[in-house]
Amino acid sequence: MNALAEPNKLEKFLWPLLATALFFALWHYLVIWSGTKVFPAPFQVEKGLLELLHKNVLWQDIGSSLRRVATGFGAATILGIPLGLALGWYPAVNQIVNPVMQILRPISPMAWIPVAIIFFGVGDKAAIFLIFLGAFFPIVVASINGVSNVPSVFRRAGRNFGLAPTQLLARVVFPAALPQIIVGLRLALGIAWLVVVAAEMVAVDSGLGYLVIDSRNSGKRYDLVVAAMLMIGVIGLILDLGFRRLERIKSIRWGYRDGS
Amino acid sequence: MSSAQAANPAFAEGAKLRVQNLNLVFTRDEKSIPVLRNISLDVSEGEFVCVVGPSGCGKSTLLNTLGGFLTPTSGSVRIDGEIVRGPDPRRIFVFQERGVFPWLTVEGNIGFGLFKLNVSERQQRVAHYINMVGLQGFEEAYPSQLSGGMKQRLEVARALAVNPDTLYLDEPFGSLDSITRHVMRGELLRIWEAERKTIVFVTHDIDEAVQLADRVVVLSDRPAAIQKIVHIDIAHPRDISSPRYLELRDGILQQIGLAHKI
Repeated sequence: MNALAEPNKLEKFLWPLLATALFFALWHYLVIWSGTKVFPAPFQVEKGLLELLHKNVLWQDIGSSLRRVATGFGAATILGIPLGLALGWYPAVNQIVNPVMQILRPISPMAWIPVAIIFFGVGDKAAIFLIFLGAFFPIVVASINGVSNVPSVFRRAGRNFGLAPTQLLARVVFPAALPQIIVGLRLALGIAWLVVVAAEMVAVDSGLGYLVIDSRNSGKRYDLVVAAMLMIGVIGLILDLGFRRLERIKSIRWGYRDGS
Repeated sequence: MSSAQAANPAFAEGAKLRVQNLNLVFTRDEKSIPVLRNISLDVSEGEFVCVVGPSGCGKSTLLNTLGGFLTPTSGSVRIDGEIVRGPDPRRIFVFQERGVFPWLTVEGNIGFGLFKLNVSERQQRVAHYINMVGLQGFEEAYPSQLSGGMKQRLEVARALAVNPDTLYLDEPFGSLDSITRHVMRGELLRIWEAERKTIVFVTHDIDEAVQLADRVVVLSDRPAAIQKIVHIDIAHPRDISSPRYLELRDGILQQIGLAHKI
């Protein structure tokens, strides 16, 4: 970057940091002013976090949640991208399947909980299934859109160089659609992280979602509830930042508006 | 043979590219729109032919039909006597620089069509064409990091790398600024003289056509028919202020129905 960008770099961190500090201050004083005995102040939450760390439950719960997300989101990626590419590639098939997808898509994964429990029983598999459902549709839709938005000059150039249809899909259509697919994946990961917490509240006895509900049920430990909530937020942020790094890869970032 | 064909001065024996009685009709909303009308044209091996005509007349459609991307309604396109039925790596179509693949580096783009070669042959070929179009030092760069002129060179290099016998260029310099266009014309002529490809070049720029072509095909308004074929009998490098140049250019301007005063 040039010299002009330097002060911006400082401001890029300074202002968000100030806003975060302000948030915690506001929280602190609101607890004091309102005189609540139930809702914890930031320092109590910090104590709660340390307690969870000492008891070694926090890392275990984070690990369980991440493992479930990785499995469900991974399966949604492995199945969703090829399906989306195929549907984008054959618009005629897409037209046939589209109504069904449009009906299934707006159904919250939470609505599937009873169904998931019938299929998989109360346990890990049901939670993973719910995460899969939440992540699957955004990935499929992004892949379909990605393929149908590939400029025709790229397909034509590929055909001109003698590529067979499968090569065309792998060497032209997929890389051309990848920026949009990545956006779909990021969206899907966000949803997966939302769903894992909810799924863990009903289906299993580990993970951050379970930590939230268990802290409340076993002795109304709201300091631990909020501590778990904070961890959920921070990990969600880290996952999103990780995906944003992916969007900066040179063979991908051409596809975004500010991508040059 | 019809009388129109017999009268066509472009009709000669042993052509590389032979277009015979080509008609193309688009059907849109159940209406037939004739786009190309009875076009017959021979292009000999190594010849540089420019196609000009009024805006929207069907120049690009003609080029797309020659390239095998569109199927003629009647008539035929033959290359070396063989009917063209679809796109083929022996004949590469060059778009405005929009055709380069933004997810591949310069090297990746030039090597794109070389998947049948082994690695060392491919590297050699890629390096050769990077040098030819003057993109040394940009091997690892992505198209978004290149200027318009460099992207256009990259696309030409990608086309040349697969060693086609014919190049179809569809207003390749249309989106470049006038200085870059001037430079690019010189580059294209240099490359053409080195590689002696048969070139069909569509442009809306009459000066460009007269500077580059052996022959300029002037198309009429839609449905496009060949209105005139002008031989550019000036040796390269061409003096673009010589009386003969101006005479030929003004002749084409008149053919299209433009006055040369603004």
